[in-house]
Amino acid sequence: MAQALQRAMRDAMAQDPTVHVMGEDVGTLGGVFRITDGLAKEFGEERCTDTPLAEAGILGAAVGMAMYGLRPVVEMQFDAFAYPAFEQLISHVAKMRNRTRGAMPLPITIRVPYGGGIGGVEHHSDSSEAYYAATPGLHVVTPATVEDAYGLLRASIASDDPVVFLEPKRLYWSKAQWDPAAPAAVPGIGKALVRRTGASATLITYGPSLPVCLEAAEAAREEGWDLEVVDLRSLVPFDEETVMASVRRTGRAVVVHEANGFAGPGAEIVARIQEKCFHHLEAPVLRVTGFDIPYPPPMLEKHHLPGVDRILDTVARLQWEN
Amino acid sequence: MTVQELPGAGASHRSTPPPAWRPRTDAAPLLPDPEPYRVLGTPAAEKLDPELMRRCYAELVRGRRYNAQATALTRQGRLAVYPSTVGQEACEIAAALVLEEQDWLFPSYRDTLAAVARGLDPVQALTLLRGDWHTGYDPREYRIAPLCTPLATQLPHAVGLAHAARLRGDDVVALALVGDGGTSEGDFHEALNFAAVWQAPVVFLVQNNGFAISVPLAKQTAAPTLAHKAVGYGMPGRLVDGNDIAAVHEVLSDAVRRARAGGGPTLIEAVTYRIEAHTNADDATRYRGDAEVEAWKAHDPVELLERELTARGMLDEAGIREAKEAAEAMAATLRDRMNAEPVLDPMDLFENVYAEQTGRLREQAEMLRAELDAEEQS
Ligand SMILES: Cc1ncc(C[n+]2csc(CCOP(=O)(O)OP(=O)(O)O)c2C)c(N)n1
Repeated sequence: MAQALQRAMRDAMAQDPTVHVMGEDVGTLGGVFRITDGLAKEFGEERCTDTPLAEAGILGAAVGMAMYGLRPVVEMQFDAFAYPAFEQLISHVAKMRNRTRGAMPLPITIRVPYGGGIGGVEHHSDSSEAYYAATPGLHVVTPATVEDAYGLLRASIASDDPVVFLEPKRLYWSKAQWDPAAPAAVPGIGKALVRRTGASATLITYGPSLPVCLEAAEAAREEGWDLEVVDLRSLVPFDEETVMASVRRTGRAVVVHEANGFAGPGAEIVARIQEKCFHHLEAPVLRVTGFDIPYPPPMLEKHHLPGVDRILDTVARLQWEN
Repeated sequence: MTVQELPGAGASHRSTPPPAWRPRTDAAPLLPDPEPYRVLGTPAAEKLDPELMRRCYAELVRGRRYNAQATALTRQGRLAVYPSTVGQEACEIAAALVLEEQDWLFPSYRDTLAAVARGLDPVQALTLLRGDWHTGYDPREYRIAPLCTPLATQLPHAVGLAHAARLRGDDVVALALVGDGGTSEGDFHEALNFAAVWQAPVVFLVQNNGFAISVPLAKQTAAPTLAHKAVGYGMPGRLVDGNDIAAVHEVLSDAVRRARAGGGPTLIEAVTYRIEAHTNADDATRYRGDAEVEAWKAHDPVELLERELTARGMLDEAGIREAKEAAEAMAATLRDRMNAEPVLDPMDLFENVYAEQTGRLREQAEMLRAELDAEEQS
């Protein structure tokens, strides 16, 4: 996935001279995850820039650059280190189009490595998607496959609106084969995809939890469950059509994500399903999420993250009677 | 072109600003000296206090050994990560030694050594980096704030604590540590400004070790030195050789004394070098060459002091051996203690999120309890 993301930026920069990459350590080092590796060499330090260490400054400067016609792609080093930039993000990035009655859109892509499962010490594993998704004016997308990493990042950079691009860092090193010559499978931002068809219930998920859900769906066959798995790919906009169509088919649904449950993205998704498909439901829509605690230290994270067993236990509760 | 020559800036347009708007004219004493302050190898070394210097030496040797041991523990997988302070020990040790019992230290994630030199149990200091808990100690017990991972965010805390202590009439100084990269963060600027406006008893020590991960100082700031930043806030800036423990100790002591006496904050830049990579996850060969590292190794803080003290007859072979043996003993104990598996109770996840557990957390705790029971039975 790391390679696909790097390729997406490279192709975008080659095609469009207004695309600028910037952030901490993105130049000489190629980023702490090496996602921007080689870009400074190929396009020069002016287009792939090591900035001073200041997230509010990075995003604030990107606002000004976008106001003047550039397309900044900003890297936040880790999920929890993006928080100093929230003022810029929420007060300006998200609102500029609206404040200027459409006169000044901001085509900024904000790449944020997010989520746990890599044994990181504190402040390196937050799932911050709910903060972003709760802010009108931002698109929020997250790839779970190598193809999507490429396609979604290209679509995000091409978007005339700001996009928070969440990169599940534990999938950076996924060994999946990828053919960079193959056309991007992503039709744009805002389309979910059925990753696995099934008849007895739908698992709705995204980003780092997709592989876990696919594994759970395999394991569930033994228990007689034929699970459908929907990968949202985009939280904002939310692809209601694909999700509702699946839930209407199966009549049962579980939302899975590793972010905290309370006021997490799952709460919104469940509410929409109840609103749109109430009569098709055979059981309440359930959630499997991270606990409502600060992200735990690495030695305990396995208990916090939704795993296959916890998903299967929850699926079993869909056998709703009364 | 001078201001007077600018169009529209003629004398007839100018009025004298009212007195309150006049700039301060006493900025000059706030400016740092152009050269880092040094003691070792200069005539100033004649006044060294032998007892203090022997203590510094023993701590430096122990600190170097601590760094080596902690790095070894990462190789054995005992620590998730360790940001080494090899080459920076003089700053770490001096920061710990200048504080009184009641004072507070505000360390960054790199400053485990300063915390240990202040008296924190080394195993507790490494808890964050091992991954069993985020902070392995009670900050109030040691008067050491939690090792801070988000950069520069501990600095406003230091200002607030020092301010509160003064409001309460307590004799407390806060010493806050930050890296060169951290000085670019908004929190750094806000902390300095608050400290100066409130005349809070705080000392800021910037360990300028040349890099913020891969980014060299020249890409971090255009200021002549980081110490110059102090002037804009209205506090003195001091530049010191961070590998010269006698100099760092003296400059820090002066600043602490000044803060204690009600003189307000000081910003100190210690010029030093990060000999090892940022952490074990970093590949330093991507952004710097060996020659630079070797040049800094020749300016080693432990050797600088050892040379001075032996030349002055303040330290002999027996003293050196004694320091090394004490360091080895510390390392052996640390190794043994770190090799013991930490015993963790997953149910602790739900403790201390709130003073009183919420219903929702109780529910989630029951769920985990059931999962753990089921696991045990299978
Ligand atoms: C707010 C924030 N942004 C980014 C990071 C990621 N990060 C950790 S250490 C580091 C470099 C710090 O450099 P410096 O302040 O010079 O301290 P040093 O590591 O050299 O001691 C970065 C960018 C962070 N911890 N916090």
